[in-house]
Amino acid sequence: MGELKGVAADIFPRLNERFPGALQPAERDGLVVDARQLVAVARFLRDEQQFHYLSSVTAVDYPQPTAEFPARFDLVYHFYRLSGGGYLALHVHADRDKPVVPSLTPEFPAADFQEREVWDMFGVRFEGHPDLRRLLLWEGFDGFPLRKDWKEAYYEEEHKPFKSRFPEGGAPVPAEERTPLKDNLRFPAGWEPQDWDFEEADRLLYQRMLSADRDPAKPLQTDEMILNMGPHHPSTHGVFRLAVRLDGETVRHLEPVFGYLHRNHEKIGERNTWLQNIPFTDRLDYINGMTNNLAYCIAMEKLLGWEVPERAQTLRVIMAEFARIINHMVAAGFYGNDVGFFVTAALYAMEERELILDLFEAVSGGRMLYNYMRPGGVAADLPEGWVEQAKLLVDERLPRKIELMQTMMLENEIVQGRSVGVGVLPPDRAIAFGTAGPVLRASGVPYDIRRAEPYCGYEQFDFDIVTAEHGDSYDRLALRFGEIWQSLRILRQALDRIPAGPVQAKKLTPGLKLPAGETYGRIEAPKGELGFYLVSDGSANPYRYHIRATSLINLTPLSYLTRGMKIADVVAILGSIDLTMGEVDR
Amino acid sequence: MYGIGVLKTLGITFYHFLMTYVDEIRYLGRRDDPKNIPERQGPLGRGAFTLQYPRERRPVPERSRNIPFLVVDGETGKLRCTACGICAQACPVQCIWIERAKDPETGRPQSMAAAYHLDIGLCMSCGYCAEFCPFDAIKMDQDWELSSYTRPGFWSAEQLAKPETYHAQLHPADYAEEQAKKAAKAARARKSA
Repeated sequence: MGELKGVAADIFPRLNERFPGALQPAERDGLVVDARQLVAVARFLRDEQQFHYLSSVTAVDYPQPTAEFPARFDLVYHFYRLSGGGYLALHVHADRDKPVVPSLTPEFPAADFQEREVWDMFGVRFEGHPDLRRLLLWEGFDGFPLRKDWKEAYYEEEHKPFKSRFPEGGAPVPAEERTPLKDNLRFPAGWEPQDWDFEEADRLLYQRMLSADRDPAKPLQTDEMILNMGPHHPSTHGVFRLAVRLDGETVRHLEPVFGYLHRNHEKIGERNTWLQNIPFTDRLDYINGMTNNLAYCIAMEKLLGWEVPERAQTLRVIMAEFARIINHMVAAGFYGNDVGFFVTAALYAMEERELILDLFEAVSGGRMLYNYMRPGGVAADLPEGWVEQAKLLVDERLPRKIELMQTMMLENEIVQGRSVGVGVLPPDRAIAFGTAGPVLRASGVPYDIRRAEPYCGYEQFDFDIVTAEHGDSYDRLALRFGEIWQSLRILRQALDRIPAGPVQAKKLTPGLKLPAGETYGRIEAPKGELGFYLVSDGSANPYRYHIRATSLINLTPLSYLTRGMKIADVVAILGSIDLTMGEVDR
Repeated sequence: MYGIGVLKTLGITFYHFLMTYVDEIRYLGRRDDPKNIPERQGPLGRGAFTLQYPRERRPVPERSRNIPFLVVDGETGKLRCTACGICAQACPVQCIWIERAKDPETGRPQSMAAAYHLDIGLCMSCGYCAEFCPFDAIKMDQDWELSSYTRPGFWSAEQLAKPETYHAQLHPADYAEEQAKKAAKAARARKSA
């Protein structure tokens, strides 16, 4: 039985009083809830203890029984108070042979995609989920990949480093010969590809779409149709499919279909060592490699308990804020792409991005895939003349250029016509859907992790949390420009007072081991809350490595936002949410 | 008045359009000079950022990384690599294969590589091998023009080897640091001897 820490210790007596016997401290972190009481406990936490925000839902597979618990799936829920503070982790144990738990989706729509993902990856059934289909993989996929006993088609060894790579390890075989395409697919037993009905997945999808908010007595009208936007569609910002049920031009129902860029990042992460995952995180949200690195390193530091030197903290803040400027510029630019600028605005954004990438390349060596942050600091100190270059950019060029771009986008009547009042997300829905970052703040919820749970010394910087009132697409766009100005403010302060000293707390070795435990580390990434849920068993490889992908969860309200809008508005709403498919599909 | 915003937008686009010509005139006749690229493409640049590749090439900073190379020591003329295998351990995609050399008479392992293979198609240029190498034997190259008609497959030690002077020229700051460390070590050794 673990020692209770933080928020869990505060809340446990109150929960125990209300639900006697239903909860007990978890092995490592948080509380274990009886599955039958989960919904009641979650509702109590939300309605009476202000835990309004369900941030992350995931599972961990424990195929071996421990001293206290039998072999099980451990469902993990992370709750937050919007007034700030740390997380409350709730664990629910599910039988490993027949895993069924009650669904939180009817109460917390934020759980919708995340529970579907857990079903997809672990095969845990959520009773009461309105639409429990696979999220990332195809219907008919054999097995549940994140279970510990599931092996991929090219399974080599449980953990890296692989023994074959070492002296006397045999002859080298090129990657593509080890992975011939003919073995790429493994089918369920007794399943023949030629008998496969390719319509099956679509049938399930369309069934759902046709049954949603329909009068069953009324037959399908001739003017209703199902239209598939994507997977290849320029407005979808990557390979992303939107299945839309249309009545004329009006959207009756929309279902996003994911997984075209899926590579099971989390399974790869469990094979890797802790440090080997850092360059892989760059590939999640590939516009913001720096903040992905940072979130992962912060989560690792929570387990390691390392203090990060002052200088490294400031460098991290500088990189994170530059990344925010890049992301918001690019998001605004590509929003212009969606509402009728063609690529003019996007290319103006790219020009400034280019200059910031020059800075990133000088310090980290990469223009997109930085691999710069490390647990306990950063990989390298600033090169000579870097601060001067950065100051030139922050003081001289960026304000001028951002001013131009802001005028161009926000005052333009065409942009206003396309986005004012389009896709309105009220604050209570924004919280319920689990949106984060600019989407949440544009709905008027002043929640920013840099304030709510400061990291990297953000509490020393003077900045405002930008919010908007209406929660429509225009507000989401305008809010991004507001945040760019705040980022410039932080950068001016940070560049003026970079403390001297080391940039790395400890010397790292490739086989870095993390103490056993579990944690959830998160930062305010440009797109919203980026969280890493890590479970360590004390070895050099993560036992569980889960990413709370903010791009994916911000899409939860998409179906709600587009209902009753015109088909052209779908593009504007999607653009205003700002997503990167690399992070959505992982 | 309705439409002012659209006119402003058109004005801004027109401003950008004009500035490309201003730059054209400013660098008239000196456009091809590679010395002007950092200025034209830097924070003070006003015109088009486009470079006329392959006529113009963007200079890369010292830390820019793309595919590692093995350093041939200037003094001994041999690879600095001792086949310790740390790079192969650190490599996230496991693209490094090393075979350790054995003494032909005694059969005992020697501190040099008999064969070194790097799967170029797999390497993701993260720079971990160079970062964790304790002997400064592997460094990141900056050559990014690597496209080829066939799959490159494995590069052997011979293909990966580059002289120390090449390393010194690519990474002046890193090399200076390395030399200072070496000098300090030599001084310490002399003192203790």
